[in-house]
Amino acid sequence: MSVLRVRNLSKAFGGVHAVENVSFDVGDGEFLALIGPNGAGKSTCFNMINGQLAPDRGDIQFADRSIVGLKPREIWRLGVGRTFQVAATFGSMTVAENVQMALVSHHGEIFRFARALAARHRERAFELLEQVGMAGSAPRACKELAYGDVKRVELAIALANEPRLLLMDEPTAGMAPRERNDLIALVKRLVVERRISVLFTEHSMDVVFAYADRIIVLARGMLIADGNAEAIRDNMQVQQVYLGAGRTFRPHAQAQS
Amino acid sequence: MTLEALLFQALNGLAAASSLFFVGAGLSLIFGVTRIINIAHGSFYMLGLYLAATLAIKVGGGFGFWGGILAAGLVVAALGGLVEVLLLRRIYQAPELFQLLATFALLLVINDVVQYVWGPEDLLGPRAPGLRGSVEILGRNFPSYDLFLIAIGPLVLLLLHLMLARTRFGRLIRAATQDREMVGALGVNQAMLFTIVFVLGAFLAGFGGALQVAREPANLGLDLVVISDAFVVVVVGGMGSITGAFLAAVIIAEVKALCIGLGLVHFGAFAVNFSKLTLVAEFLVMAVVLIVRPFGLLGRPQAPVRNPAEIEDPIRPATLPLRAAAAALLLLLLLLPLLSKTSPYVLVLSIDVLIAILFATSLHFIMGPGGMHSFGHAAYFGLGAYGAALMVKFAAAATLLALIVAPLAGLMGALLFGWFAVRLSGVYLAMLTLAFAQIVWSILFQWEEVTGGSNGILGIWPQAPFDSRPAFYFLTLALVLAGVLLLRCFLFAPFGYAMRAGRDSPLRAEAIGIAVKRVQWIGFAIAGAFAGIAGGVFAFAKGTISPDVAWVSRSIDAMVMVLLGGIQTLTGPIVGAAVFTVLQDNVMRQTAFWRGLLGAVILLLVLVFPGGIVGALSKRAAARRKPA
Repeated sequence: MSVLRVRNLSKAFGGVHAVENVSFDVGDGEFLALIGPNGAGKSTCFNMINGQLAPDRGDIQFADRSIVGLKPREIWRLGVGRTFQVAATFGSMTVAENVQMALVSHHGEIFRFARALAARHRERAFELLEQVGMAGSAPRACKELAYGDVKRVELAIALANEPRLLLMDEPTAGMAPRERNDLIALVKRLVVERRISVLFTEHSMDVVFAYADRIIVLARGMLIADGNAEAIRDNMQVQQVYLGAGRTFRPHAQAQS
Repeated sequence: MTLEALLFQALNGLAAASSLFFVGAGLSLIFGVTRIINIAHGSFYMLGLYLAATLAIKVGGGFGFWGGILAAGLVVAALGGLVEVLLLRRIYQAPELFQLLATFALLLVINDVVQYVWGPEDLLGPRAPGLRGSVEILGRNFPSYDLFLIAIGPLVLLLLHLMLARTRFGRLIRAATQDREMVGALGVNQAMLFTIVFVLGAFLAGFGGALQVAREPANLGLDLVVISDAFVVVVVGGMGSITGAFLAAVIIAEVKALCIGLGLVHFGAFAVNFSKLTLVAEFLVMAVVLIVRPFGLLGRPQAPVRNPAEIEDPIRPATLPLRAAAAALLLLLLLLPLLSKTSPYVLVLSIDVLIAILFATSLHFIMGPGGMHSFGHAAYFGLGAYGAALMVKFAAAATLLALIVAPLAGLMGALLFGWFAVRLSGVYLAMLTLAFAQIVWSILFQWEEVTGGSNGILGIWPQAPFDSRPAFYFLTLALVLAGVLLLRCFLFAPFGYAMRAGRDSPLRAEAIGIAVKRVQWIGFAIAGAFAGIAGGVFAFAKGTISPDVAWVSRSIDAMVMVLLGGIQTLTGPIVGAAVFTVLQDNVMRQTAFWRGLLGAVILLLVLVFPGGIVGALSKRAAARRKPA
């Protein structure tokens, strides 16, 4: 049973085929990594799934329903949470209010004008913050937090609508190695506990190989490998793309300089 | 109207398009490279026209006229250089709002300087030596000077195009328009580039104004008229596109010329005077373009804002001392009619202050938490004032009923204009709101049958039981207090947070299901409704209103109040409105040049106290709490 089904997804920018005929599934409760060298089409692929880019061809199904053409906020309403490569939170609010904002939206209370936001869904916000280890900072202004903590708050926000699928674009970008491991371990724990499926892109291979249930590899817009850590590690094509035995490096280019 | 007459009128339109194009192109060029919207660009145009007229009259002859036009352009260009070096260089890194305000302050100062030098009378230049005659076209006489104007527009477009496409300087401009950090990183002297571009833009505006010397008289209202037109041109043509500016200038000028040409047209029993609909027609063109192509005919999507303001602190419910202070103030206000028995003027001024407080608070609602820098908030104040006054004039409505209509009028206007305004953000929104306010003003001014034109509406006095000064004061106090508290309540409620969410991070807000544009639209409408209440109370307080209630300077007054108090605080607009109104009341009676003085105050605010009064106070308080 798969939560997300991507079929023949394609997108070209001008003459460049950024993503070509990509198909894959994200299984229920699966922790799936999407990797590939720079320019492989990971972000394009991601942005089509979360609704920021419209695909040229292909279909994306979430919970057996096509989500192509929906706006990001509509996709969120269906139960897809997301975190950004550069963590995005509301700097002028406290940590708790950030999560309360998401909860208020989840309960359809945006256009309410009387009771203060600070009094709404307090317990639930606190629970979510506790899960990411940020309950102690609840009353602090979000702009004062260290970047690693902002990422945790963002995760709590993303979990507020009880998503079935979490999209994480380079969740550990800009973090110290130690923080990196902690964050992914935390996500992994949540995935197991709450049976959420996660699709994430990532550059640090240690994280990917240690935690992902399955890995798919993009190169030049095409899906070249799909399997568990061991299979990917032994895959010739993947080695070529990453280690440069193939066409990515040209010896004479070095000779020129 | 015959086809010939229509074509002839179209030619007239083309002649007007050239100057419009020069101003728009200058604005566009400067924005492309420096990311500053120069509101004083209309002032450069006006200055060019005054200079050219003076030179043509004083020096005389062909040399005085033609040389004067060129000299006027060059003098304005030099002034532009001075402005860039002395003022703009200090604020390139400042938040967008401050840049807009600084150039607006410049407009105020230049306007007063021009009034000081040339006086308030209109100044008409002579006809062009060598081109005095006219050519017969389509059986009518067409001024040869206008033919010259028609030719010079495309000529300058061609020159600009060649410069941008072929020269090194042009390449630098295009590169800086795309990515100015990169141009800086490549070792280009940015300061020099910015200055030259600004000088060029100023020259185009001054030259464009000077060229009109034989067509229209120079007057003190031109700066705002021209800048609103230029904004429309830039929004329609697409920011940063010179060709777009030309196209838009032609379209706008044609639409205006045709409206004037159509004149009074009878549709059966119904007569419409099209010549009075020029600004409305302009608005319709802009509306259509914005719906079909949100970034203008030849424009590209905006790059995200680079200089966001410092992130503000979370809002907290009022502390005990603040509540106590508010209660004490309220008590004082309640006792004021008793305390001021001997000096009735205190009550008059207090009513003004209260109205200003509600008006400024409603603007702060969208400007601060909403992040929408409206430069035309007076439109909704004016709609409220006229809504109430018209109810009294035509329906002899009771005071309270008229005061219910006031916010509805403001709400309707804000719903209509807000729908367009929130589609854009940042400087585009500022330009649009300013243009909308100009349109409201011109409707109030031109629709004489209903609004009384420039005379306005007289004799709107409150009825019993509000017909005594203290009674009306209490009514005002009650409405303003309720308004301010309601707006404050909205800000603490989910809606207010949703507005701030959309301002802090639109990306994240959309990703948690907030429809940012819709939230902004509703916020804009709410602010319009509360400004409408302030306007309605204003109408009854003064007894007489004129189109001035919706004039741009009122919009800017409100902005200054908000900034004076501090945009990032909730009490800021209240303090700012009170201080500003009392100051203005005192200063206006001392000098005729209070606008220039206001400009100087704004510049001081922007350059020295960007946090406003309350901002500076709370910073000091914070520093005292935790010593470094």
